Amino acid sequence: MTTMTNETYTGPLPARPGEVKPPSGWSLFIEQHPVLLFTLPAVVVVFVLMVFPVFYTLYMSLHSWFASSLTRPEFIGLQNFKRAFVQDERFRNAIWLTIYFTALATAMQLVLGVSLALLLNRPFRGKGFFRSIFLLPMVATPVAIALVWMMMYNPTLGVMNYLVGLVGLGPYKWASDVRIVIPALAVVDTWEWTPLITLITLAGLATLPLEPYESALIDGATPAQMFWRITLPLLRPTIIVALLFRSIDCLKTFDIIYVMTGGGPGFASETLNVYTFQVGLFYFHIGYASSLLVILFALVLGVSLILIKVRRSAW
Amino acid sequence: MHGWKRSGESPWTYLLLVAILLPFLFPLAWMFMSSLKTQVQNTAYPPVWVFMPTMNNYREVFIKNPFFQFTWNSLVVAAGSTGLALLLGLPASYAIARFRRTGIALAILTARMAPGIAYLIPWFILFTKAKMIDTYTALILTHLIVALPLVLWVMIGFFEDVPAELIEAARIDGCSNFRAFFRVALPLAKPGIVATGILSFIFSWNNFLFSLIIAGFKTRTLPIAVYNFLSYEEINWGGLTAAATIITLPVLILSLFIQKHIVRGLTFGAVKG
Repeated sequence: MTTMTNETYTGPLPARPGEVKPPSGWSLFIEQHPVLLFTLPAVVVVFVLMVFPVFYTLYMSLHSWFASSLTRPEFIGLQNFKRAFVQDERFRNAIWLTIYFTALATAMQLVLGVSLALLLNRPFRGKGFFRSIFLLPMVATPVAIALVWMMMYNPTLGVMNYLVGLVGLGPYKWASDVRIVIPALAVVDTWEWTPLITLITLAGLATLPLEPYESALIDGATPAQMFWRITLPLLRPTIIVALLFRSIDCLKTFDIIYVMTGGGPGFASETLNVYTFQVGLFYFHIGYASSLLVILFALVLGVSLILIKVRRSAW
Repeated sequence: MHGWKRSGESPWTYLLLVAILLPFLFPLAWMFMSSLKTQVQNTAYPPVWVFMPTMNNYREVFIKNPFFQFTWNSLVVAAGSTGLALLLGLPASYAIARFRRTGIALAILTARMAPGIAYLIPWFILFTKAKMIDTYTALILTHLIVALPLVLWVMIGFFEDVPAELIEAARIDGCSNFRAFFRVALPLAKPGIVATGILSFIFSWNNFLFSLIIAGFKTRTLPIAVYNFLSYEEINWGGLTAAATIITLPVLILSLFIQKHIVRGLTFGAVKG
């Protein structure tokens, strides 16, 4: 298939008397430049919609400008970045909370997601039905999810305090408690996205070869040894891909945090993305917000590159 | 694999399945249950588990708010952005898959790393200057920022699965590139197109960040409407959960049709924020 595609003939078609007329004019142009014509509309739209904002953000990150002001943006070099790292307490708090939230949420869903995949990796009837139910948290509308968890987390009448009370814990103030608001939000993210890791891991498990297990059995390996020595190393690329997608999204989590806490109580759950939203679209300080966006993008890119590198190298 | 394992189909397996499903289903079930309770039942502690369901909350949501208008707005924006994304994305992903223009996937992945606010701020300023805030056009264009890369990402895979031999055969029979695309590739990729369309629709339907800024009173979509309920006087949990159920139900039903393709779509994720 590969070779076929590489040798694809895209030039003008040979004329066959009485059958097909050789293309001419406009249709000849289409025949000669299929890639250009098929991709051009999409490329133009992507360029306008997405590439323009990226350059705009980079440009603005070096300027001081309020959207409400009538003056032109003033060039201030790297002042915005200096301000963020040197003076801005709220920014440092936001960076720390972003990393804390991401580490906690991805760790929880990774352990839970992979464990569930190992438990579920057996034949049973009704797999399709199970799958359908299991993926519901991922597609449900985030605002609705945030709202239900707010209700469940309510300190006085929420069902969560009732449930943990059954096993003798609590009561907690959940998302209204400065100390546990981030873990409480990480639980919501974990609820939402553990199924994704499970489904990706299950797909990975289905492709594992049988031979290593057969020889391990002959050598008298225990199931635990087989898990740590065979399954986990073979699954590593799959798991890291799942981790990559989850970290990218966790670092940028907005909907559930903004709806459930608005960054509060105080600034206790104000992650970088929520803070940037406030700076840019509440205070309209576009210049500073743009530099925060550049930092957030650098953070996401950095984490992604580390994961991609880990995927290629040995443990 | 794992031929050495005991057969999985024991009663224990099913018990295990139920135990796993329960926590994942509970919040959605709780949302639905609360939407059928009175305010007194919703604020009772310990929580009420058995009760006479009432439809009053649903009735009130539609009577007290222009909820049909919000639903219509959501539909227009989701259908508009999905339609445009397919129109632009299908030929492009076909060409990319067939003529092996690689690097595109990497570009999309990078675009996905950028925070959604980075796309939102410039468009917000532009749309404000052009007096286009609170118009369907502005909403559909911003939602396209999510939809178009999604269509490209998912459809390249589906078009790669179309056997190149079939397209070659059509070309030798005198089909132009256009006809080969419309008559051969598109029909063969139809299941993929349906799945991609549904995914794109769900992403737009669920979108919060872009609509929060771009939509005004006239074009307010469902997620924003529900978010605004939250800031009203005293929180009416029954009405809120009824509204949340109304938003979520169509998405849950749609997702059942595409469960086989959902992981591929969701690893694209949204340009979430």
